[in-house]
Amino acid sequence: MKWMKAVLPPVVFGVVAIALWELIVTAGRIAPFILPAPSAIWEQFLEQRQNIWEAALASGANALIGLVGGTVVGVLAAMVSSRFRPLADVSIPFAAVLNALPIIALAPILNNMFESTSSIPRRLVAGIIVFFPVFINTLRGLREVDPIHQELMHTYAASGWTFAVKVRLPGSLPHVFTGLRQASSLAVIAAVVAEYFGGLQNGLGSRITSAAAFTAYPRAWAFVVGACLLGLVFYLTTLLLERLAMPWRTRLIA
Amino acid sequence: MSAVEVSGVTKVFNQGRTDEVVALSDVDLSVGQGEFVSLIGPSGCGKSTLLRLIADLIAPSTGTVTVAGKTAGAARKEQAYGIAFQQAGLFEWRTVLKNVELPLELRGMSRAERKDKASEMLALVGLEEFAGHYPAQLSGGMQQRVAIARALAVQPPLLLMDEPFGALDEMTRERLQSELLAICATTGTSTVFVTHSISEAVFLSNRVVVMSARPGRITASIPISLESRDEAARQSPAYFESVTSVRQALRGAPLKSAS
Repeated sequence: MKWMKAVLPPVVFGVVAIALWELIVTAGRIAPFILPAPSAIWEQFLEQRQNIWEAALASGANALIGLVGGTVVGVLAAMVSSRFRPLADVSIPFAAVLNALPIIALAPILNNMFESTSSIPRRLVAGIIVFFPVFINTLRGLREVDPIHQELMHTYAASGWTFAVKVRLPGSLPHVFTGLRQASSLAVIAAVVAEYFGGLQNGLGSRITSAAAFTAYPRAWAFVVGACLLGLVFYLTTLLLERLAMPWRTRLIA
Repeated sequence: MSAVEVSGVTKVFNQGRTDEVVALSDVDLSVGQGEFVSLIGPSGCGKSTLLRLIADLIAPSTGTVTVAGKTAGAARKEQAYGIAFQQAGLFEWRTVLKNVELPLELRGMSRAERKDKASEMLALVGLEEFAGHYPAQLSGGMQQRVAIARALAVQPPLLLMDEPFGALDEMTRERLQSELLAICATTGTSTVFVTHSISEAVFLSNRVVVMSARPGRITASIPISLESRDEAARQSPAYFESVTSVRQALRGAPLKSAS
């Protein structure tokens, strides 16, 4: 029953919203280039499902590589910064500047740096975007050590390394995953949007632009739906990982 | 050889600055083997500072601290004492058993051995069936018991406690006091116990050391002799007498009974 209570309202809301959308588009005779009906999008989605799947795999691979790369660099940078305070003082403003950059706008510039068939620029864009939330959150987590834990480890005569592995790292996990949750959706958005600026024509973003260029709007929307699903898959996978990595939290919910 | 020997210790924080604070001034304290000593006094009297000096969490400005014949630093490195604070300070990502195992783990004890030892300690505080739980699943009193089990895990000859029951309700507090006494009696551990509860200090201790603030110093040392340490003892005339003399010492009034 509890499960029903959580799932039912959003499902009902979604069904009603789609029905309304369909009604407005057909009854209002809205031109398909302004807003196609959900039924038309669904038709295209089924027809293009093979293309959508392949495009999602291509974009998903870019997003995943960017996400993993950006996360590894972000966590390592945070670990180094937390160890040497002056470095953190320098790197935080630097990371903030990096974050303020409209990084997706770098895509055309990066595209020129590599071959036109290269996927590296997209992965780089995704990686850079992922870096900031992971870095900042991990650094915060690594710094926030309970003073009692610090004293206890001191009374156990624990070395700096032992302290880092047994206390700092596990203690920072909740923060790391807060960063990862933001980063996982961002990685997909970055990978898809970076495709708008040319390069290899194999991902969801390039499919959306080409469908729109051919005025095949329902098809463009079908790929947008694909991008949305891809983002969801990334987000939910992160949530699942979070649960697996921190069993002491899931036990509380259960 | 006494369990703790503090002689001529002065502790000044922020020495030489405008916000200089003399936390402790010329303190001498000796704790015998198996003795239970409480430090009591108003906040700011340096009782926690004194405990931290014994634990070698901070260093004295002048004077010496020895624990079981060794310097405080050497004693800490040998884990010659167990310590518990007002907050249980358990590691939330470790199960109850793993929390108790931690000090043993850092001593390099084998997996099987430390599991046995930790289970034994949990049994001592009556929490063996919660070994697989995470700290956040336990009540405050249970968490504090785990913290005590952890402090006792290495079977230290000395137990240092900084208001360990301060955050608990009165009923839990009294039950844990009795448990602590039973544990100390079975293990023969010497204890230094910081508290600001007069009744707690009297009930638990062989001796109550009264401190006063600005600068922190020891003003009285009151031996307590209760016939027993059970519920009846809390109602006995000797108990109330001791409570009164500690209270008078805290107020700075002349003592009725000699110290």
